[in-house]
Amino acid sequence: MSSVFGIPPQALFGQLLIGLINGSFYAILSLGLAVIFGLLNIINFTHGAQYMMGAFVAWFLLQYAGLGYWWALLVAPLAVGLLGVALERTMLQRLYKLDHLYGLLLTFGLALIIQGLFRNEFGSSGLPYRIPDALTGGRNLGFMVLPNYRAWVIVFSLLVCLGTWWVIERTRLGAYLRAATENPTLVRAFGINVPRMITLTYGFGVALAALAGVLAAPIYQVNPLMGADLIIVVFAVVVIGGMGSIMGSIVTGFGVGVIEGLTKVFYPEASNTVIFVIMALVLLVKPAGLFGRAQ
Amino acid sequence: MATVDEYVEAPALPATSATLRHQYAAFAVMVAFFVLAPFVVYPVFLMKALCFALFACAFNLLIGYVGLLSFGHAAFLGAAGYVTAHAAKVWGWPPELAILGGTAAAAALGLAVGALAIRRQGIYFAMITLALAQMIYFFCLQAPFTHGEDGIQAVPRGTLLALFDLRRTMTLYFVVLAIFVGGFLLIYRAIHSPFGQILKAIRENEPRAVSLGYKADQYKLIAFVLSALLSGLAGGTKAIVFQLASLTDVHWTMSGEVVLMTLLGGLGTVFGPVAGAFIVVALENYLAQLGAWVTVVQGVIFVLCVLTFRRGIVGELARVLKKSL
Amino acid sequence: MIFSRLVALALAVALAAGVAEAQISDGIIKIGVLNDQSSLYADLTGQGSVVAARMAVEDFGATAKGMKVEVIFADHQNKADVGANIARQWYESDKVDVIVDTPNSAVALAVNQITRDKGKAFLVSGAATSDLTGKACSPNTIHWTYDTWALANGTGNAIVKTGGDTWFFLTADYAFGHALERDTEAVVVKNGGKVVGKVRHPLNTSDFSSFLLQAQASKAKIIGLANAGGDTTNAIKQAAEFGIAKGGQNLAGLLVFLTDVHGLGLPTAQGLIFTESFYWDMNDKTRAWGKKFAERDRGIHPTMIHAGVYAAVLHYLKAVDALKTDDGTKVIAKMKETPTDDPLFGKGTIRADGRKIHDMYLFEVKKPAESKGPWDLYKLRATIPAAQAFRPLDQGDCPLVKK
Repeated sequence: MSSVFGIPPQALFGQLLIGLINGSFYAILSLGLAVIFGLLNIINFTHGAQYMMGAFVAWFLLQYAGLGYWWALLVAPLAVGLLGVALERTMLQRLYKLDHLYGLLLTFGLALIIQGLFRNEFGSSGLPYRIPDALTGGRNLGFMVLPNYRAWVIVFSLLVCLGTWWVIERTRLGAYLRAATENPTLVRAFGINVPRMITLTYGFGVALAALAGVLAAPIYQVNPLMGADLIIVVFAVVVIGGMGSIMGSIVTGFGVGVIEGLTKVFYPEASNTVIFVIMALVLLVKPAGLFGRAQ
Repeated sequence: MATVDEYVEAPALPATSATLRHQYAAFAVMVAFFVLAPFVVYPVFLMKALCFALFACAFNLLIGYVGLLSFGHAAFLGAAGYVTAHAAKVWGWPPELAILGGTAAAAALGLAVGALAIRRQGIYFAMITLALAQMIYFFCLQAPFTHGEDGIQAVPRGTLLALFDLRRTMTLYFVVLAIFVGGFLLIYRAIHSPFGQILKAIRENEPRAVSLGYKADQYKLIAFVLSALLSGLAGGTKAIVFQLASLTDVHWTMSGEVVLMTLLGGLGTVFGPVAGAFIVVALENYLAQLGAWVTVVQGVIFVLCVLTFRRGIVGELARVLKKSL
Repeated sequence: MIFSRLVALALAVALAAGVAEAQISDGIIKIGVLNDQSSLYADLTGQGSVVAARMAVEDFGATAKGMKVEVIFADHQNKADVGANIARQWYESDKVDVIVDTPNSAVALAVNQITRDKGKAFLVSGAATSDLTGKACSPNTIHWTYDTWALANGTGNAIVKTGGDTWFFLTADYAFGHALERDTEAVVVKNGGKVVGKVRHPLNTSDFSSFLLQAQASKAKIIGLANAGGDTTNAIKQAAEFGIAKGGQNLAGLLVFLTDVHGLGLPTAQGLIFTESFYWDMNDKTRAWGKKFAERDRGIHPTMIHAGVYAAVLHYLKAVDALKTDDGTKVIAKMKETPTDDPLFGKGTIRADGRKIHDMYLFEVKKPAESKGPWDLYKLRATIPAAQAFRPLDQGDCPLVKK
């Protein structure tokens, strides 16, 4: 493709917008991962599978219960979040005393199980999910037609991300959570049920993943492997942003999406690798991540 | 930060000749098995198991003896496979040179990746290796010489050292067995050497090792490169055996598989990775008809191993026999 | 005395060996259907091909003739290494005599090579790359149903002649996509058209937004979809979302199957023009077969790939019956010598390069009002006679063809 600077603005802004849309997904997913890691020190490899489950719950609801998108936005995160809570209670809790790597391996194994089961049942090409009627159609922006649904994705994910950030950094509940990770014994001494908070936090992070899945269903096709390759990009985003930083993941998520979009205009072959190149650079220059605190 | 010792019994260095004898005995059993097996079992399947066994042993060097979990080892396996395939097919190199070329490429890649990743530890190290491996995957996807999704096909098996025609399956089998045994012994020697001792010291108490004057990062990097090199050897050999180099070998699911093999066999044991590799390859073969059930079974094994079976098969066996394996 | 006994023994052995050669190996003809059972091509090949193969075995009357035929299948997951390993194991260890179908040109090329090395037989219905009868041609392979050259020649020609002279390609990034793009570009250029841009996408892509934007920016009149199955349907659906057609550009589906159209639905797919070699509703014979097939395959009507599997297996069994051996190279040679005749493709021939020759058809998708049933989807626009439908024998660089 062309690598001349005089790219027509149509192509440039179009790809930037697509990049923002992709970035929304990176932001929500890395937010969930950052919440779980920052507060619980668990690397949740199952995140991609939970994202996929969110999309499938939306599909199930439409297929078998006739419940549409708006219901799915509510029900899917709850359902998958509850599954996450069950997972944490039965399996993850046992690993807290051990090296954190075991958490990574366990969640990796769980991701394999979940993805394998779904693949068995549904094959690995996508199942269609209709865009909700209220959001069909598009708006002609001059340089491209922006489908309304994709605009909604950007707006909604911004709201979710900023809302989560606000809860964690600015409310009392968030303060308890942050305190509990720094010094669980002391916080427990204050009478706060730390294990329950940890469980709920994990559930919340998982619910965020499922929410992203519902958002993705109309665009990316509901497909058992939809989370598998995405999760690694999200890991890179979290590493770039700083492993424990909430704002870091949000900003990095959107930022990475935009950079990917720009790369697609000027040098499309590199669009897959640019995130990892950035990650390598960040690691060389600032190992704790752009917004992270040195550990 | 928790060290490897807290979740895995540290492999005992041979202090007594009795320990050595048991390991020699186990080694003899293993070699005897692999020498006799091809007359009963489909040899191509066995060759696959041997290549993966070498790969798992190389991986185990890093996790079991240095305490670093690399989640991107597929990059070395696959990249070496591509280089070997290209050298054999396009440049017409004889198989021994082609495999050496692949191994060298993997070592160089190991140096680059290691230099970046060693800066961090534990989980960060794992995530960085995963992300860098993914970068290598996408490079392999785009680079013209790998032919992307098609892979490099019809790789000639050639004639080894101008003497052995590798198109004859049994000849090829014993060559592969020789490569595996060579790699295995190299790892064994590396562990049971002053170098291995220093690695153990670094793993157990890095600040103290540093205070004694050992540059910990350099030793870790050397171990990383060695592990990458041997993974490359496995990858290059596999490309010659299957006459194909493809994206599957650089994909991150392959990195996960080698972790599975080592975990199942026993992290940090000498023979664990071999047993683990053999079982996983057999499982894949046997369950291939059932499609995605293979992935599910692999996931179940992962979960069970992490929750209840952390020592792995050979690890448990060693504990029961009270010997080091 | 001993000497003469030895000679007798040697003669007996030689005779036995000679006789054994003209026998069916292990007494069973094993047919292996290797295709995509779980991914984006599963609907257009998948289990349907297994059904088609079994129907061919039954219609041939194998049991009545005393031949033991077994049909097995496996999923190659669109991965060249998985497909190659299955093929190798089938030939070396499981005594399979012939592999059929194999969509995904990368896998087909790998299996083509292995089949040649082992002297077995390979009947390709699913894969498209014209290289299978070109530089990769083999005395052990027959390429049935269709190929990228025929598609380019049919669809590409038709579209350029009706004014679509600037093209932008959206190509699946593997052997098939590259071959289809190459062959179609040649047709476009030959007819005075121009290719203004190309972009490659990974196999099994779910989001085409950025590629479609690039296509839009190029202002080409025609956006050629050099992909198939799920990729094509996703691209078509998303093109509608982004208002591509309203911007004055048209999509050209270079490889479209009955199951794709059925999945898209007539409102979205109407007006699409493409080339195929079989449609179940063409004549009484195809209709009868199509209905029988649908009963056995959960109501899904057959695509041209399923038809190709049926016809190829039928012709194969006839050749094996005539030669009384299942030696791959010999059977393929016999298949090339014998003209073909089956209810699906009618009469046809197989060339020296392994290319099966039959008429190709230019179809257009019906408007919703014109359709009288869920599978009544196509109308015939033109027939391309067999002699013109495929690449001329001397243009393929096939080493088997004597110049």
